[in-house]
Amino acid sequence: MRPSLIHQIRVLVPIKRTIDYAVKIRVNSAKTGVETNGVKHSMNPFDEIAVEEAIRLKEKLGEKIESITLLTITSNKKGGQEVLRTGLAMGADSGILIEWPSTKPDCDPEPLSVSKTIQKVIQKLGEKKPDLIICGKQSIDDDSSQVGGMLSGLLNCSLAQYISSIEFDANQMSSAKVSREIDGGIEELKVPLPAVVTTDLRLNEPRYASLPNIMKAKKKSIITYTTEELGIDTNNRFEILKVEEPPKRKGGLKVENVDEVIHKLKEVGAL
Amino acid sequence: MLSIPISRQYLSINSRFIIGSHRSFSSSQSFRNVSTLVFLEHKAGKINSATLSALNLAKSLGGGITGIIVGSSKSSEMNEAIEKAKKLPISKLLVKEDDNLEHVLAEPFAPLIANVTKERSFTHLVGGTTSVTKNIFPRVAALLDVQQISDVMKVIDQETFMRPIYAGNALCTLKSKDSIKVITVRCASFEPITDTSEGEVEIEKLESIQAGQIISNWSSETLTKSERPELGSANRIVSGGRGVKNKENFDSILIPLSDKLNSAIGASRAAVDSGFADNSLQVGQTGKVVSPDLYIAVGISGAIQHLAGMKDSKTIVAINKDPEAPIFQVADVGLVADLFEAVPELTKKI
Repeated sequence: MRPSLIHQIRVLVPIKRTIDYAVKIRVNSAKTGVETNGVKHSMNPFDEIAVEEAIRLKEKLGEKIESITLLTITSNKKGGQEVLRTGLAMGADSGILIEWPSTKPDCDPEPLSVSKTIQKVIQKLGEKKPDLIICGKQSIDDDSSQVGGMLSGLLNCSLAQYISSIEFDANQMSSAKVSREIDGGIEELKVPLPAVVTTDLRLNEPRYASLPNIMKAKKKSIITYTTEELGIDTNNRFEILKVEEPPKRKGGLKVENVDEVIHKLKEVGAL
Repeated sequence: MLSIPISRQYLSINSRFIIGSHRSFSSSQSFRNVSTLVFLEHKAGKINSATLSALNLAKSLGGGITGIIVGSSKSSEMNEAIEKAKKLPISKLLVKEDDNLEHVLAEPFAPLIANVTKERSFTHLVGGTTSVTKNIFPRVAALLDVQQISDVMKVIDQETFMRPIYAGNALCTLKSKDSIKVITVRCASFEPITDTSEGEVEIEKLESIQAGQIISNWSSETLTKSERPELGSANRIVSGGRGVKNKENFDSILIPLSDKLNSAIGASRAAVDSGFADNSLQVGQTGKVVSPDLYIAVGISGAIQHLAGMKDSKTIVAINKDPEAPIFQVADVGLVADLFEAVPELTKKI
């Protein structure tokens, strides 16, 4: 078979604004969600890895990567712009912000709605549609780990989840070689484009944006769409009945030496 | 005519479930019989433990349970797995053999499972939370146009479930309005079923429902070989963190203790990132979630991320020289000591 035509690829990276991973969360008093007011938010860590990987591909493959577009869906427009600017300062080219109605404050879009929204945006991009979509493997708030998989189903394209490496042959940009983390080890796949991949922690270590890049990022374009413009059903499929704190463990007992450890374990029947 | 079967169903469903305060049978779909399809995951001729946990959840839904087992007829392992599947407490076993299904890839698997679920009118599709279902089920859910319920830890009723969010720091109870519930089961919350049925399991080979096309190509896999119990289902786990300092120590300190206890070995993310242990051993929000009878955390500080993966263990032992380490807040038995002295001593004295 003759090698496919060499061409440039476009990368799309969906990112989410979440409560910062280091924050100890609190359930709100109405027990409908967690307290988000006045709580530090940042880009979902797995999405940072996705942005970093897109930029590394561009650094490695140069003009073979035509563009890196970030996309975020949020009911907090200002917050959404902030995470987009963070990604743009890391080195992405442009951003797309989708305004989610803020009438239902504790109802963030669910993974299915997020996937459908991304699909709609891709349709809107037409000729400029992405060839490679890099998603974080899960958001650290909802922990669903669904968007990448769902999106690949809606687009009927190839899928490689939980990747720890991705490589392109610069002479043949039509497919990528990836390693994915599976229970018990690693699996290698060749995924033809268009493809959705999701990032695992070990893929890379995201960079910090430098001050000049932060300044430059302010000039990069962010396009905003509303859900009406895209024709998206914003109704959720879940009704959240209750959010509560997990039962506390009665830990905290300290012993003096190894003999007491063994004694305690025998007492509770663990040895 | 209609009212009689409906009221009968109402009674039978009602008696099977724990009745939650939000329970309601007002919508018409609630009256449907529960009919559950369980994805039977297998490897090397064995049904995995996560699937056995999934079957336990399926039982709690009430209604009939059908299993589906998928693979390539080219491998003898598939036949072994079918034999094992026949002994599970299911009323029917759907078998799909296709060369496109030799490797577990989402593209051929998802349309098959979605179509079976839809065409046979299953109300619930259930699988254990593993790297396989996490890969395939969201694609299935998208094809069915339903919002998947990930990592279910409690069944309230056939449409109401509890699942952990924020790394297990909050528990969310939700009611799914979808007509088909696609569920992955948090294995740590459901005991693997142990009762194997001796009754006749009806077997049906799926002929008319096709697998999807292969899009990605499988190249190879590298599995970490181990004689130890599997991390996800082990009764005892010895786990090491950054405090172990290097790979040599990790092996020379943790392995003898693990051998003595016949335990699995786990690791914190710090230990994995520093190369002390393979990443398949990582316990935490982004690794495995475990709940053994005994979890011994050695040189692990107890970051939120790690606690999310092990705080449901029955007994937690922490050995750490920092008395302020958060791990001590969850440990049943905490020993503030130098692990390089305490762990060999513990190994010797057990």
